[in-house]
Amino acid sequence: MKHLMVVFFGVVLLLGNASTTFCQSVSFSRDIFPILSDRCFACHGPDADKREAKLRLDRTGGEDGAYRTHKKSTAIEPGSLVESELWYRVTTDDVEEVMPPPEANKKPLTEEEKSLIKSWIEGGATYEKFWAFVPARKSAPPQVKNPQWSNQPIDLYVLAKLEAAGLKPSKEADKRTLIRRVSFDLTGLPPTRDEVKAFLSDTSPEAYEALVHRLLAKKQYGEHFARYWLDLVRFADTNGMHKDFYRNMIAYRDWVIRSFNDNLGYDDFLKYQLAGDLYPQATNDQLVASGFNRLHLIIDRGTALPEESFYKNVVDRVTAVGTTFMGMTVQCASCHDHKYDPLTRKDFYSMFAFFNNIDAAPETSGRPRDGLQPPFVSLGTPQQKRALEQLNNQVAKSDQALKELKKKVDQEKDPAKKKTLAGQHKAATASHNNLKKKRDTLDREIPKAMVMKERKEVRPTHIMKRGQYDDPGEPVTRNTPEFLPALKKTGKVATRMDLAQWFVDRNNPLTARVAVNRFWQQFFGTGLVKTAEDLGAQGEVPSHPGLLNHLTVSFMDSGWDIKALMKEIVMSKTYRQSSLATTQEFTQDSENRLLSRGSRYRMDAEMIRDQILASSGLLVNTMYGKSVKPPQPDGLWKSVTMIGERFKADTGDAIHRRSLYTFWKRGMPPPQMTILNAPIRDACIARRERTNTSSQALLLLNESEYLKAARSLAQKALALKGADPGKRLEFVYETVTSKLPDEKETAILLNLTKSLQANYTEQPTLADELCSGLNLAGVKEKAHLAAWTVLVNALYNLDITKTRE
Amino acid sequence: MNDPLMEHDQLGSRRSFLLNTGMGLGATALATLVPQPAAAANFRLKGKPKAKRVIFLFMAGAPSQVDLFDYKPDLHKLFKTELPKSVSQGQRVTAMTRGKQQLVAPTMFKFAQKGKNGVWMSELLPRLSGLADDLCLVHSFNTNAINHDPGKTAFCTGAEVPGRPSMGSWLSYGLGTLNKDLPDFVVMPSAFWSGRVNVQALYARLWGSSFLPSKHQGTPFQTVGDPVLFLSNPKGINAQVRRRMLDTLGELNRKHLSEIKDPEIQTTIAQQEMAFRMQSSVPELTDISKEPKKVVAMYGPEVNKTGSYARNCLLARRMIERDVRFVQLFHRGWDHHSRLPDNMRGQCRDVDQPTAALLKDLKSRGLLEDTLVVCVGEFGRTVYGQGNITRTNYGRDHHPRCFSGWLAGGGIKGGMHYGKTDDFSYNVAENPVHVRDLHATMLHLLGVNHSRLTFPFQGLDQKLTGVEKARVIKEIIS
Repeated sequence: MKHLMVVFFGVVLLLGNASTTFCQSVSFSRDIFPILSDRCFACHGPDADKREAKLRLDRTGGEDGAYRTHKKSTAIEPGSLVESELWYRVTTDDVEEVMPPPEANKKPLTEEEKSLIKSWIEGGATYEKFWAFVPARKSAPPQVKNPQWSNQPIDLYVLAKLEAAGLKPSKEADKRTLIRRVSFDLTGLPPTRDEVKAFLSDTSPEAYEALVHRLLAKKQYGEHFARYWLDLVRFADTNGMHKDFYRNMIAYRDWVIRSFNDNLGYDDFLKYQLAGDLYPQATNDQLVASGFNRLHLIIDRGTALPEESFYKNVVDRVTAVGTTFMGMTVQCASCHDHKYDPLTRKDFYSMFAFFNNIDAAPETSGRPRDGLQPPFVSLGTPQQKRALEQLNNQVAKSDQALKELKKKVDQEKDPAKKKTLAGQHKAATASHNNLKKKRDTLDREIPKAMVMKERKEVRPTHIMKRGQYDDPGEPVTRNTPEFLPALKKTGKVATRMDLAQWFVDRNNPLTARVAVNRFWQQFFGTGLVKTAEDLGAQGEVPSHPGLLNHLTVSFMDSGWDIKALMKEIVMSKTYRQSSLATTQEFTQDSENRLLSRGSRYRMDAEMIRDQILASSGLLVNTMYGKSVKPPQPDGLWKSVTMIGERFKADTGDAIHRRSLYTFWKRGMPPPQMTILNAPIRDACIARRERTNTSSQALLLLNESEYLKAARSLAQKALALKGADPGKRLEFVYETVTSKLPDEKETAILLNLTKSLQANYTEQPTLADELCSGLNLAGVKEKAHLAAWTVLVNALYNLDITKTRE
Repeated sequence: MNDPLMEHDQLGSRRSFLLNTGMGLGATALATLVPQPAAAANFRLKGKPKAKRVIFLFMAGAPSQVDLFDYKPDLHKLFKTELPKSVSQGQRVTAMTRGKQQLVAPTMFKFAQKGKNGVWMSELLPRLSGLADDLCLVHSFNTNAINHDPGKTAFCTGAEVPGRPSMGSWLSYGLGTLNKDLPDFVVMPSAFWSGRVNVQALYARLWGSSFLPSKHQGTPFQTVGDPVLFLSNPKGINAQVRRRMLDTLGELNRKHLSEIKDPEIQTTIAQQEMAFRMQSSVPELTDISKEPKKVVAMYGPEVNKTGSYARNCLLARRMIERDVRFVQLFHRGWDHHSRLPDNMRGQCRDVDQPTAALLKDLKSRGLLEDTLVVCVGEFGRTVYGQGNITRTNYGRDHHPRCFSGWLAGGGIKGGMHYGKTDDFSYNVAENPVHVRDLHATMLHLLGVNHSRLTFPFQGLDQKLTGVEKARVIKEIIS
């Protein structure tokens, strides 16, 4: 360690920063705070109930602050190691006294960490406000040694870091890789061969920018971006508890897609979701968006206690707001003050108070009709609404007529006449029922959306002791956490709209940062703060704080313009770097945190499936509407259901729609998705896990729909007129990978088709099986198609096919 | 306001300093960059673990301890009398029995003392009773959940609220794999059962890995079609074609590895080969045709039906033999709010013989020594009846305050019972065992300190046993 410090001095001096001393170059936020938070805060942090020795190390002042003297011992004496009890406690060998104590099961401080603490205390032990809670301010991009590389702000921040690390950026990715990458990143789909060709032949300097514009304008852009959002807000097609009934939140999903496509500002996007129902004369979109507050899990009536269900729903709702818009784990404070962040129980329940005034039952009543649990709104077109009104009137009239007729029948004494009248009544009843049926059919056709709705009277809110739904403590009123900027109320009682406005206020340090970091993650695989779900004390500090600040501020400056941000990111040189690197570079920085290259990582489940559908020509681009059920292995629903549900696959176009529209049963989500790390959607997920497993290999090798897609592409290849095997191979290879096969790849693959063809010719029944449902005449033809199908199946299993490069 | 991080960013970080001095982005630097799993901390206990593998027999729906294990003969005298308020102490109940009279419904089943130590067991479990000397009955289990969904989630993941990794995935994460051709953690729900009431749902989260890497999630074995999803080659592809195709695939992937250099490609190749091996190892595992007739017969007639609890018990033994770390069976149909005696007879018939056979089979192969077997439901049932109560017909509501289950094998003392309930089987009177205590004890037997097996997520070192203090029940360990 000593040796290191000496060298450090040397470097600092070499950098010519003579005023910088070692002590000053220890950063409280970057170096010290994470140590204190991780090792000390559990007992000496914000949680008053668990605080030991009247000491909190998350602040300096007060009777219990870090600088306090208690029983003659001062925790931290700025500038003096000897007088700082903390220094003694973290360095002593005495097991009775050492901190953190062994029974806390915390890692002891490493030598490096101790030396940081030492320098920090010696240098004055200054505290700083936690970085994520300080509003981002714009600063000039850093100076770089090689300004020729790029003058875009993103690149300057990245390059400065690379230069400081003695690294250089990678060269730009080749055009094929680039169009494939940016197409996947902006639309979730691969480029077609024609699109690749057009891009390659456009040699103008604006070719790439034009491509980006084309992609941002595609409808598939909104679908792709919506998918990430739906993970974040745990969108699903069932209630997720007990009988796991169907729920209809389709309108919300469709609104998310349209919002991204219409480039609705992120500020409005947020406000509509939090408080869309509170706009005066709210539009359908605003009402639908407020369904965000209805996405939580909900139980059906009859088993749980309604009071408990009510409480759980609200906690779930507030948790979603915490993860989605604050990047914080607020739910920790439902039972106790947050152990790491300055969020108290009072803060939590003051937030809770905005979300507990819903005018809705806390549990669904049996099986909700059409998956709709009140309150919901009808979204019919004016024509539909008129037609419905007419039908309603007709039904009412016919009902009246029927009643009168019935009276007549009852009053009639003459048997013959009575019989005639009864006959009339029977006919009228039938036509009345028909009318009602017609009305009901139309009513069901009209889309509806579950929405948020405020009760007139505001429910009182209490701190719930230990997070128990039936143990109210001190009453609280609606408010935002004390450590964040104050809420501006527009009336006597704060509203959810006030809260929404507070979120998009320029002084809110979290909203834009959290959003920008998540968007960044979509393009590099990892956020600038890796823990995208938690920017709080226990989250990671950003790899490029300046860059995160820059993006945050420019995002707000642009009017929260999402497409502009996307464009800025994909236009950067940083984004356009090649992902090629040395083995050593891959192992040393596997997540590419330094951004010294383009990121390379496995695509999400939906992208892999959509890619197979798109490249095979099977993809159906119908947007919106009812969720669809592509085939899945038998028996999965049956194995978990409580109400005898059986999965019944859709047929026709429905099974070839984008995965975004796949029916999501929380009790048993589609295995094609979950095997590739799609979350269950019973909790808000800001970043997916990415693994590489044998069940994934089995899925991609053996899924029968994926094999059908392979066959469909093989058929196209074989239908090419006058093409030799080399040309056919080029066609399938380029369609699947956006690249051309080189000589060696061509040889290997043609060799495969040859030997497979021999295989299938020898075993015609096997070829028959692969070609079932097709009208093919000869054994040779079938063997040919079978061999090429397996070839495409191999291409779909290449690492480069499932990986974004 | 100053931005605290910014200033230092301008200076270049500590990390970049290390790079500048030619140290490279080595372990020291990376440690500051990437939070290391706390698993790096030493969570393994000293000494040889008593158990290597676990079979968890989950009786989903919550069987009645009053009718199976917790013998209270004096209750017969209190038939249909009101449960004293001093006992229920205003305990919260479910929406189903709230506000209703709580009348004692004694069990209609006979109990007898079994084994060397005279452990009380119900006539409903004759064969399991024969193994009383191997069992450790726990009468003092308790949980916080009063409804199935949170109850099962708490048992399987350590928390009522969804979003935590399951027991098996913790073990897979902490202890790693024992075999190279099969998953570490297998889940087998019965496809049918006798109880014809209120069959509660299961959820993928009960065996999910949540924030742990997903390779640790449970692999459910299917009763229809492929036992492991997508295991078989699709129609038109046989093993020969698949092998030929995988050879080409490997060749191309290796070529790309040599150009792209990303070691992740290596993993893809390895997993594709593992998938191929599973195509033979899994069918070999589920094929019981080579089992001796005598052994198969031991599990009872149902063993011949795919998806039966009996078949799953036999498969569990075969998995344990092949060193699968954690096998979890789910048998549903125990939620007896009404017609409990009838339903109970059927359910016990489902499980009694196969469970006993499983224990005997493991024992005869010397596997019980280091295989821990646990059998329990998500909670117990009330001593007071639900519906019209007669001597021979009654139902019971959910009861989290006390319930019974048993453990056997891997480091467990046999022929004993642990914990006591009050006279009404309503409250724990002695030695409570909370769900988290069971988890802590299981981990302990596997050689793991439960408070140290952690994973950083949402700013906490998360663990199976959660934040409340959990106790290893040393008294039941041999």
